[in-house]
Amino acid sequence: MSAPPTAQQPPMVTPAVADSPLMPGKRVRLAVDRPMRLDSGVEIGGFQIAYQTYGTLNADKSNAIFICHALTGDHFVVEKHPVTGKPGWWEMLVGPGKPVDTDRYFVICSNVLGGCLGSTGPKDIDPATGQPYGLSFPVVTIGDMVRAQKLLVEHLGIEKLFCVIGGSMGGMQVLQWAVAYPDSVFAAVPIATAARHSAQNIAFHEVGRQAIMADPNWRGGNYLLEGTKPEAGLAVARMAAHITYLSEAALHRKFGRNLQDRKAVTYGFDADFQVESYLRYQGAAFVERFDANSYLYITRAMDYFDLAADAGGTLANAFRPGGRTTPVRFCLASFSSDWLFPTAESRAIVHALNAVAANVSFVEIETDKGHDAFLLDEPEFHQVIHGFLEGCAEHRGLSARRRAR
Amino acid sequence: MVDIRDDLKLIAEMVEPNSRVLDVGCGDGALLDYLSHAKNVDGRGIELSMDGVRQCVAHGLSVIQGDAETDLKDYPADAFDYVILGQTLQAMRQPRDVLQMMCRIGRRAIVSVPNFGYWRVRLQLLLTGRMPVTEKLGYQWWETPNIHFCTLRDFVVLTEEMGITIEQTRILDHAGRVTSHAHSGFANLLGEQGVFLLKRNGG
Repeated sequence: MSAPPTAQQPPMVTPAVADSPLMPGKRVRLAVDRPMRLDSGVEIGGFQIAYQTYGTLNADKSNAIFICHALTGDHFVVEKHPVTGKPGWWEMLVGPGKPVDTDRYFVICSNVLGGCLGSTGPKDIDPATGQPYGLSFPVVTIGDMVRAQKLLVEHLGIEKLFCVIGGSMGGMQVLQWAVAYPDSVFAAVPIATAARHSAQNIAFHEVGRQAIMADPNWRGGNYLLEGTKPEAGLAVARMAAHITYLSEAALHRKFGRNLQDRKAVTYGFDADFQVESYLRYQGAAFVERFDANSYLYITRAMDYFDLAADAGGTLANAFRPGGRTTPVRFCLASFSSDWLFPTAESRAIVHALNAVAANVSFVEIETDKGHDAFLLDEPEFHQVIHGFLEGCAEHRGLSARRRAR
Repeated sequence: MVDIRDDLKLIAEMVEPNSRVLDVGCGDGALLDYLSHAKNVDGRGIELSMDGVRQCVAHGLSVIQGDAETDLKDYPADAFDYVILGQTLQAMRQPRDVLQMMCRIGRRAIVSVPNFGYWRVRLQLLLTGRMPVTEKLGYQWWETPNIHFCTLRDFVVLTEEMGITIEQTRILDHAGRVTSHAHSGFANLLGEQGVFLLKRNGG
């Protein structure tokens, strides 16, 4: 069951999202008058961004927190997901009385450009042809996603965000925000992320993409037009990726070598082991809510991300806008068992920030839950985020919220 | 106002208000917290233990998890007005390098060191023939993290060799009282610890 739309302005539902008229949340068309130039050089105008807000913007518009979602995330941060019916993906961290306190802050999250839950992406109709974009959709980058987010924030009348926060690909966007718009961000919280996508991570993404493209139902990207769906390929991509989000210890703790609903192995290729059954379920569930081409585009955006390369090869230069030290206050967190975005990646960012004497906090959280830990119940991590935001709120002059206890 | 350790109070007294401070090995952030409230400093910290860092950041302090010996080198010269090292120089693998880096990235450095020339320490070694274990240095030789002990005189000699000027000195006795404002043979005997305000020559 979908909640009724809560948009203040009437949602501009176009053929592009004709398949989701009941989707809750807000929508806006951006770059209508002046097209936005992508990193590839292609210009796109009048694209749609789907977003959600929680809490109330204060009078001087200084309490806005922008949340950047990860690869397969979306803008349904703290509400029942309209497709899966599951709780919001960051309810652990965001909500009334939570570290990102929606009683105190105005929280914004948008589906990334190229996504498939309301923002313009490859599954939408290309107005030029009247057919789904498919692979004719321009390749977007993390920088392009953040450009679109900036337009959204401007559309909401917010000059300076109090904080930008996100994990994994969301963390890349946070870094991009701080580097591209240092005067529009007071504080930045990049979590379990990196300043560039490593060769190993690009390799895993390539496995996922090849799985999709090897599915005969993918049809060179034209599956929507041809009425097929590359479910098997997308499911395999998800299964491979899902392994990278966990740790060996977490997999072992959860499943060990336990068998699935049977007492002995079957000497066949059924899902004998619980871990196989789990992965198959993850893959099957994913294809219900995600578009295969969108997966290609968004993984590509992560692969292309390299902040140092954009700053002439030295990461520290990215944090030295116009020769001065970045005014943004940073708080980085990594997780000890995360091998997808290991602590060394966060530390490299910290070293670059130190090289310009920026204001930075950093902590590695001890956990065996792997990369996914940023989405899970990690009290120490939540304490850090809470304390950092409290400290920043004090410096930003946001009055402390007194709660009766 | 929060109460802090005696040697930390002396360190705090040496810090000018509204300055930029890096506290190396800041522990739970007591000194940083005190300085930011009492002297309105722009304070940063480096701490090895995750628990310490978590406590600091949870209290709104800007602290990174890191190791002084590897993480100080990234900072640019004169990034801070003061770089503080409280009671940990003796635990460093390369104390001389750490001191050098502190005096590079800070216009001033403030260092507090326990005195291995303190009379009780000397007496214990002399009378029992065993490695001294005192209230402030309460480790057996095989478990101590303090691998590079010095006397106050040793410390002063090192600063001279390194071209570092000692601008202020505070020698503390067993009760944490200041017994002297200058280094001397006497202070090296009666002082249990020393606090020094340092500046590199020509800096």
